Amino acid sequence: MKVKVWFTSVLTALKHFFIKIWTAIKHFRKTKASKSILASVFSIIIGVLIGFILMIAIKPNEAFYGLGIMLTGGASNVSNIFQVLYTAAPLLMTGLAVGFAFKTGLFNIGAAGQYTVGAFLAIFGAIVLKLPWYLDILLAALGGALWGAIPGIFKAFLNVNEVITSIMFNWIGLFTVDLIIANTPMMLSSTYGGFDRSRTVDIVAVNPGAKLPSLGMESLSAYMNIGIFLAVIIAILIYIILNKTTFGYELKACGYNKESSKYAGINAKRNIVYSMAISGALAGIGGALTYLAGTATMQITKSISPIGFNGIPVALLGTSNPIGIIFSAIFIAYIQIGGNAMQPEFATEVVDIVISVIIYLSAFSLVFKQLIDRYLLNRKNSKLQKLIKAPDDQAVVSGTSAKEGEQQ
Amino acid sequence: MNVFGDLIASMIAFAVPLILVALGAMYSERSGTINIALEGIMIIGGLAASLLFKVLNGTEFATNAPQLAVLLGILLAAVVGALYSFFLAFASIRLKADQTIGGTALNMLAPALAIVITWAIQGQGQTAIYTPDWVPLATAPVDANFFERVFLKNMYLTTPICILVIIATVIIIYKTKFGLRLRACGENPAAADSVGINVYRMRYIGVMISGALAGVGGVAFTLAAGSGFASTVAGYGFLALAVMIFGNWQPTKIVLAALLFAFFKSLSGMSGSIPFLPSFDNVKESLYIYLMIPYIVTMIILALTSKKSRAPKAEGIPYDKGAR
Repeated sequence: MKVKVWFTSVLTALKHFFIKIWTAIKHFRKTKASKSILASVFSIIIGVLIGFILMIAIKPNEAFYGLGIMLTGGASNVSNIFQVLYTAAPLLMTGLAVGFAFKTGLFNIGAAGQYTVGAFLAIFGAIVLKLPWYLDILLAALGGALWGAIPGIFKAFLNVNEVITSIMFNWIGLFTVDLIIANTPMMLSSTYGGFDRSRTVDIVAVNPGAKLPSLGMESLSAYMNIGIFLAVIIAILIYIILNKTTFGYELKACGYNKESSKYAGINAKRNIVYSMAISGALAGIGGALTYLAGTATMQITKSISPIGFNGIPVALLGTSNPIGIIFSAIFIAYIQIGGNAMQPEFATEVVDIVISVIIYLSAFSLVFKQLIDRYLLNRKNSKLQKLIKAPDDQAVVSGTSAKEGEQQ
Repeated sequence: MNVFGDLIASMIAFAVPLILVALGAMYSERSGTINIALEGIMIIGGLAASLLFKVLNGTEFATNAPQLAVLLGILLAAVVGALYSFFLAFASIRLKADQTIGGTALNMLAPALAIVITWAIQGQGQTAIYTPDWVPLATAPVDANFFERVFLKNMYLTTPICILVIIATVIIIYKTKFGLRLRACGENPAAADSVGINVYRMRYIGVMISGALAGVGGVAFTLAAGSGFASTVAGYGFLALAVMIFGNWQPTKIVLAALLFAFFKSLSGMSGSIPFLPSFDNVKESLYIYLMIPYIVTMIILALTSKKSRAPKAEGIPYDKGAR
């Protein structure tokens, strides 16, 4: 008898606990943020599904294997997890660069060039100037800011569309960096006994202090360093600047309506230059985080870095919100590492297809949100609504019966 | 003199895809939609035509009427490009989404799709599709003179088509009812709507014309690249966007801008063989100086002329019938 009473009281306590969580979830479901998240989750599920269908079409026998690798490869071992974080750090920075510019009404398609200039200056600081890592990052930020400010100046004072200037300066930046590296023997691997004349020397060999600290966890993975933490902190800072400061408010105001912000006494021209400079600095830091990890060296090349362009999908998936961008960068890095593990059964590019479908579906976010509203939250007689409601009612009923039982 | 023949030939080869794609971009922007998916559409167009050439290679049809086969490939690329750009049009016109979303997605999708498809068809890791030797319209003899070099080297069917497109575009944009309506939709869609023009339909048409032209531009790029299709157009889509802004959204100026850019671009490619150009002997990899020049020249000209630059007023803003 006692056992039974004890059992029912535990059960009711549990029920009440679940009811509380359930109502909290229900409350959260009605907020704007949750709708965006739900819409993103929808997009991701559909994107992965389309990738899976594609794999079935190519190699039906290995499709399940491919899907499994794509979704779990990023977490399959410790080394991969750290590689995901290492890949995510610069993506997060270029994503922030693009997202920040979007928020202020500018399309910074030049993150690639700013990333390259930043990366070069970080390596230059490390190898030639023998600076410690934090000063190298600062140098990269300055370089990126300069490369971002140029399109800003062209737009503000010369009325040149920032898109065209950014594209031109992507190439100018790339070729300038190529030229300087080729003509600075001190930076080249071949000067130090290596055979490669088109690569920079390993920074760790020349200046160990330039490598990003790994918090003593080097033994876990060569990819372990503080880069991702720095990037997350910067993302939070950018969130605060955009949403909690007058400066950020003015920048956003210029983005929403240049003329009316001028009328309100905001210096719109100066703000355009500031926005582009900050955006460029963020991309520049991304370049520093890639190469100061000590796992990669810079190469003289004729093609623009894809990490800068990948900032655009990262920013779009994170709806240009700095906090959202943290998650979207980690997600894209995760699925990319998973995609690398898919070879040779499937081309890594299957992952790009999945990502691009997800990005495309974010255009449907408004439609998705309406669907969520209609079928999950508001419509009283929808099946899902009943499902959500049902445990609530039952709990109330059983709760009263339990009380009655106690009284008896 | 022969060097200059080569120079002009290579300039034309560079300019043709730029002109086609930039004119396409102009149709889209004049209707009010920014098409940043050009890069992706070019790749899809190049892929479609290259696959068709590969299929037709060795067949009787291709040996008997090679240029008809090439024309078929170009038409296929135009159709595929238009269909592909429909996705952008749908997202930015029907769903009223930010126009960079659809564009970015299509740019990312195209090279990935091309690589996955070429892998599936040609086997693992083989992503290049070679252009068959019957595709060129003409070939220059080894001891060609100046004119033969200009008109026969790098000559593909895309070049005469490009000239036709230029003429047609100037007429369509400035001399037809359709052109006037298209421009109205990019300048003041509400006013256009008030006189009975279907803004949504005009914008769909604008974007899909740009898709068709970008698809053909993709073929032109693939042919000019020489070695064949390699799942990339090396930033030409974005470059065409820049050329269109450089050309101030006007067809004739776009053509001139593309020719100027292509001239400096081919100059950099041939810097070694042109006698009077400085060779920068004490600079290593001086090639990169020449590679930079077209972009710097563009920026200087833009800085000097930009005060007059004016984009279509309603460009980039989704049209909402209900908005006031």
